[in-house]
Order: sequence, then structure tokens, then C-alpha cells
Amino acid sequence: MAPATIWLLAMLVLPLVVVLVFSFGERAAAGGYSAAVTLENFANLGARWTAFQNTLMLAPLGTVLCLLIAYPLAYYLAVKSDPKWRTLLLILVIVPFWTSILIRSYAWIFLLGGQGIPKLVSLIGYGSPRLINTPFAVLTGIVYGYLPLMVFPIYVSLERLDKRLLEASADLGSPPWRSFLQVTLPLSMPGVATGCMLVFILLMGEFLIPAMLGGGKVFFVGNALVDLFLQSRNWPFGAAVAVALVLIMLVTVTLYMRFTRRWAGGRDDVSLM
Amino acid sequence: MRIYALAVYLFLYIPIAVIAIFSFNAGRYAAQLQGFSTQWYGKALSNSFVMEALQTSATVALSSAILATLAGTMAALALQGVTGRPRAIFDALLYIAVMVPGIVIGISTLIALVTLFDWVNPLLTALWPTGWSAPQLHLGRGSLIAAHGLFAMALVVIIVRARVAGMDRSLIEASADLGATPWGTFRQVTLPQIFPAILAGFLLSFTFSFDDFIVAFFVAGSETTLPIYVFSSIRRGVTPEINAIGTMVLAVSLLILVVAQSILQRGQRKGGGRAA
Repeated sequence: MAPATIWLLAMLVLPLVVVLVFSFGERAAAGGYSAAVTLENFANLGARWTAFQNTLMLAPLGTVLCLLIAYPLAYYLAVKSDPKWRTLLLILVIVPFWTSILIRSYAWIFLLGGQGIPKLVSLIGYGSPRLINTPFAVLTGIVYGYLPLMVFPIYVSLERLDKRLLEASADLGSPPWRSFLQVTLPLSMPGVATGCMLVFILLMGEFLIPAMLGGGKVFFVGNALVDLFLQSRNWPFGAAVAVALVLIMLVTVTLYMRFTRRWAGGRDDVSLM
Repeated sequence: MRIYALAVYLFLYIPIAVIAIFSFNAGRYAAQLQGFSTQWYGKALSNSFVMEALQTSATVALSSAILATLAGTMAALALQGVTGRPRAIFDALLYIAVMVPGIVIGISTLIALVTLFDWVNPLLTALWPTGWSAPQLHLGRGSLIAAHGLFAMALVVIIVRARVAGMDRSLIEASADLGATPWGTFRQVTLPQIFPAILAGFLLSFTFSFDDFIVAFFVAGSETTLPIYVFSSIRRGVTPEINAIGTMVLAVSLLILVVAQSILQRGQRKGGGRAA
């Protein structure tokens, strides 16, 4: 256990503490950090307001889109699909998540770019719509990238559902849609909550998808961080942005968990394999 | 319902298929399919930047996966006997390692290491005998391995720990009763039971490191990994060569994943049979 603990302390805890300390510092003349204790970086956060605004709009929107598309698929896999094929179908959902998100986002640059779908549309004669570098492109990339992460927890909670409850509901005269609304849906809420939380957390820190499909027009906090650390080298301000991002994540997730606990009864532990 | 599922699967796999198909296209653009050709693969494989980046990625992925698997497995086994506060702290650290966004891990590692190096390097120069050039620390493969290994190790602990928890403890007691040394028991009883989880953890760690862009983007220093190379060449414009590289990268991860999945599944079935 000792090597693991040392690794975690040296490469995780220490760096996170350094970020926290730097966020109260001043920018050195040549870029980088000079020691100070000031709240100025936090007072300046408004300078990157657009990035926070985009993230706080598109991350929840992307999460909801993932949920709407994932739920029926998870339901199909857990309830309607042939048990013989179930494992294979599940693996087919998970596999894309473990392959390169870079290459998968690139596939959409290729498809949505000027020589892809817009060109095909113009060949049929409907003009040439601009798709790449729009919020639409970023949302497509988000749903494409994170759908597997949403399907899996919902599948697990639907699969665990006691089928006798549905029989009881039917015996008591409920039509199927009513059984779904009153039995299946509430009992699958822990999976929905887990899935939404996982996707939302990852989306808050997203850089790659907006960078590739948003073309500098639709940017997240992650893109602002890359700019601040690697281009303008304003480390203290960048550290403040990072601290703010983590704080927003912690607050939203805590509130969300408290809110969902009340009507979902705890949270499922879901492994991603 | 079935049609809906089919549509979602098509959505998941058509973009991948398109990349693969166009990597064999003789023409340059998506809208012009011009017959079969493997020329882009030849171009990619004879590009020395690509091959160098591939070598860096493979070295980093292999080293970080080996270190993560060793440290992670040891921790997962040691955790069996740990309870109370130390256990809670370790679990919290694992949780942070998995949950903190990669971009935050990337920047915090970058500024912590650069600050440390700025502090240590002058010290090294001062302590080194005059007339010799002192070794200087800098970002590169070492920092890549340490940062990738961190996430991978958390992954290995979580996977192996689940397997250790499901292990049949009576077999270990039986082995001890029959006079086996603790090492003998570990090698002949414990290890075979948890080996599938260790191997799956290793393979997932390798894929994670091999595919990671965001952490590497910050801590790679002057090194170029394959994802960093691909990212910067996409910025310069879409070329069929990237389709070929992308197809190869996807093929490698798919292969590794299928192996990892089948090992994990077989291990579970075998373990389940034994426990029953």
C-alpha cells in the first residue's frame, strides 16, 4: 500500500494543493507565479465569463440529451433484448468509451466538415448547411462521446429491478404505461442519477470536444484553462479558474446528490467494465 | 424498440466505420470515393514524426501500466487488512484520483513539477562538481509515466479490489492448514484467483495511457505522444493520413479491449463456479 499512497500524495494531493496556493498568487513578469496572498484572481473571474456560461449551459444540456437517448436503449437492453445477445450488445455500447475520444471526435470533424455531410446535402440540392464549429456540432460530439457512460448505470438499475413488482402492478389493473411510470421509472432513478452525475462531471472539465468541433467559437472552461496555462502563461489566474471550476462541480454534485437521495434512495456503485 | 436500438448502434459505429473506409480511399476528400488504396497507411508508417510519437506513446503506456499494476495490486491486497480512518482516507484519495477532471490533473501536475524543477535544478548545479554539466530535471517521459500511472493505478486498485473481495477465503485457510508458507499460498491460491482482474487492469491502464490526450498535453514537455501528434495535425487540416493513423489506433484499442473483456468474463465465470 505504501507505494500507492506515496504516489497518490506526491502526484495528486501535492499538485492540487499547489494549484490552490497559486490561485492566491500574482503573475510574475515573465509569466508563471510570484508569491503573494491576494483575491484579485478570483475577482477577475468575470473576464472568462463566456467560458463559464458556455460550460454551465452546454454541460447540463449535453447531460440531458445523453439521458434522453440512453434511457430507451438501456431499457431495451435490460428488458426487451434477447438474453443470449445481451452481453455482446452491452460490450458493443461500452467499447467506444474506452477507445480514443480524440479519434472519435475527429470522425465528426470529417463527417460535419465542408467535404462531409454538407457536401452530400448540397449534392441532393438543399444548399450547403454549416455544421462544424457550431453548438450543434459540440453537442453531437458530447452525446457521441458520453452516451456509453449514461447507458451503463441505467442498464444496471433496470436489470436489478424485481420483475414481480411489474406483475403485481399488472394484476392490480395497471396498463403497461402506468406500470412503467409508477414502478419502472422510479426504481431506475438511482441509475439515472449516477449516469447524469458521471457525464456531468466529465463534461464540466471537457476540452477536446469543444476544441475540435467548436473551432474557437464554442469554448468551455477547459479551453480557457489551456489558453491560460499554455499560451498566456498566467498561472495564478489559471489556477483561480481551475479552483472555481472544481468548486462549481463540487457544489452542483453535492446539491444534486442531496436532491436525488430524497427520491431515489441512495446511489448505485457502478463499475465501468 | 428494436429499431431504436439499431439506430443508436448505427450512430455509435458509423463514424468509426467511415474513418476506416476513407482510410482506404484513393481520393483526398470525404465526398469523393475513388477506389481502394493502402497508400495512406504507407505514408503514415514511413513518416518519422508518426513513428517517433508512436514509440513515445508505447513506451509511456507500457511503463505506466506496469508500475500502476504493481502498485495497484499491492494496494488492493494490503487494503484487505486496513479498516477505520486510514481506509477512509485511502478510499477518498482514490475517489479524487478518478473524479477530478483530467484537465485539472494536467495543469496541477504541470505547475507543481515545473515549480519543483525550478527549485531543484539550481541546487543540482550548485552541488555538482565544477567543470561537469549537472543533470537537470525536466518534463518528459518521466512526468508522463507518473501522471498517467496515477489514474491507471486507481483503476487497478478498484478492479482488483472487487476481485479480492469476491475471493473464496476458505481456500487460503485450507492452504495454510495444509502447511503452505504465506508466499506459497499467495503464489498458488491467491494469485491464480485474482490474475484475470490484474491482467484486465493492466490492459485498461495501457489503453488509457495510449489514448490520453489532455493530461499528456500539459505534462509531456518537449515529447510528442501519438494523440498530441494527431491533435496538432488535425489543426493543420484534415488529411487521409490521419484516417489511417486513427484506424490503426482504434484497431489496437479494440483488440486490447476485447482481450481484456474476455479475460475478465472468463475469470468471473471460473471464480463463480469455484465459489459455488
